[in-house]
Amino acid sequence: MAYSDKVLDHYENPRNVGSFDKSDSKVGTGMVGAPACGDVMKLQIKVNEQGIIEDAKFKTYGCGSAIASSSLLTEWVKGKSIDEAGKIKNTQIAEELALPPVKIHCSVLAEDAIKAAISDYQTKTGKGSKADAA
Amino acid sequence: MKKPIYLDYSATTPVDPRVAEKMCRYLTLDGGFGNPASRSHPFGWQAEEAVEEARAHVAALLGADPKEIVWTSGATESDNLAIKGVANFYGKKGKHIVTCKTEHKAVLDTCRQLERDGFEVTYLDPEPNGLVDLEKLKAVIRPGTILVSIMHVNNEIGVIQDIAAIGKITRERGVLFHVDAAQSTGKVPIDVNAMNVDLMSVSGHKTYGPKGIGALYVRRKPRVRLEAQIHGGGHERGMRSGTLATHQCVGMGEAYRLAKEEMASEIERIRGLRNRLLTALKDLPEVYVNGDLEHRVAHNLNMSFNFVEGESLIMALKDIAVSSGSACTSASLEPSYVLRALGRNDELAHSSIRFTIGRFTTQEEIDYAAGLVKDKVAKLRELSPLWEMHQEGVDLSKVQWAAH
Repeated sequence: MAYSDKVLDHYENPRNVGSFDKSDSKVGTGMVGAPACGDVMKLQIKVNEQGIIEDAKFKTYGCGSAIASSSLLTEWVKGKSIDEAGKIKNTQIAEELALPPVKIHCSVLAEDAIKAAISDYQTKTGKGSKADAA
Repeated sequence: MKKPIYLDYSATTPVDPRVAEKMCRYLTLDGGFGNPASRSHPFGWQAEEAVEEARAHVAALLGADPKEIVWTSGATESDNLAIKGVANFYGKKGKHIVTCKTEHKAVLDTCRQLERDGFEVTYLDPEPNGLVDLEKLKAVIRPGTILVSIMHVNNEIGVIQDIAAIGKITRERGVLFHVDAAQSTGKVPIDVNAMNVDLMSVSGHKTYGPKGIGALYVRRKPRVRLEAQIHGGGHERGMRSGTLATHQCVGMGEAYRLAKEEMASEIERIRGLRNRLLTALKDLPEVYVNGDLEHRVAHNLNMSFNFVEGESLIMALKDIAVSSGSACTSASLEPSYVLRALGRNDELAHSSIRFTIGRFTTQEEIDYAAGLVKDKVAKLRELSPLWEMHQEGVDLSKVQWAAH
């Protein structure tokens, strides 16, 4: 299967690989996918008091497109408010990485991962996203 | 050292230069280009002689008589001809066929088609080491069973079935026995008589011959009958019509002649290389060899690198040409059905790499491959949330995953 240059670049030089302390109240963790399906993504965001994502890290078990999707996403969410980050759509990721149809699910998983991370952060802080952004 | 390094000899082999050279002599006006079926002039006679000499070489590698060899387009066609041919001819006698879940798709899909045509097929589960349990086989053979089809060497994990023992059972029970031997010619000794095999599918391109040519061994004593699947000029004693591809037949024959001559020394050299690769990789944490190591061809190593996904690993190993299973399924996202049939869990089935070594593999290439694999597995594990969880002592089988 031929991969786009952008997928190859993210795959060979993944950005923001790593983990934050899950118990940190500023950290939201999203873990999506299943080993049975061949993809598991863990995406973590560190959010400041203004509701801005200061930092993001990921680890992904999956194909090159899954790794690239999550790597790209960590770049995109940094500096965004959690509201803005929650609006990122899988189609934007798929388009940026020129994913072929059989790999669209990788971008869907990445969207699910950021949503799960935001939701985890909000549950932890007991705040809705509107309150955060304010 | 030229890269990428070819370590996918079970997908196909390069044509041996000696074979290619001989094939070229049967294509052009100054060579034996004639139609082997032409009886009225020397062009046809010369081509026929070449085809018959090649047929004898194929027969010799199998321990068969040349009259028992039917040329086909490859092992897939041979499997189709053997299984459908027997089912169509003996269907009045019985409608039950026995095979195994780890067979090649050419056998499994042919059996599926026969099920749609009213036949009943039993798909045996292999043991966790990949081998068929003979007692389980005996237990499923019944009065209406007409055919047992079991492969000699598995294409993904390289395990060698005990064909002689199965042949003893089928002969005693009066059931025909077909063997897909695409992966075993030139890799393990074959003797269709000692093994009581009735039908055997073989291929040119897995044994340093050309693609597009194969053969089916069809036993004459006691005689095995087939209903032809391709009709036409009645070539190959009516079992497979179509003008013979002289240069292809010659290529396969020469490849099989070389295999018979060089097999013994070649296997030992290749086994040395395979064991060198195994030794280099087996001490990595959480790696598993798939399939029995003892009852296994010398050139195959199939390993699962736990917590690393196979497709990403293959992508990381772009300097070596390997596969995550058979070439026929490498375009799909499904984990290997062969590994699933062995009872491997999803993670391990998704994490497998098949290395297959061959005639032109060097020690330098093996050492390079081993170093590369170690490097990339470590790198991808650093990226893997599953590896992280494993390090933290989380039991992944107990995690509630959201399947997607």
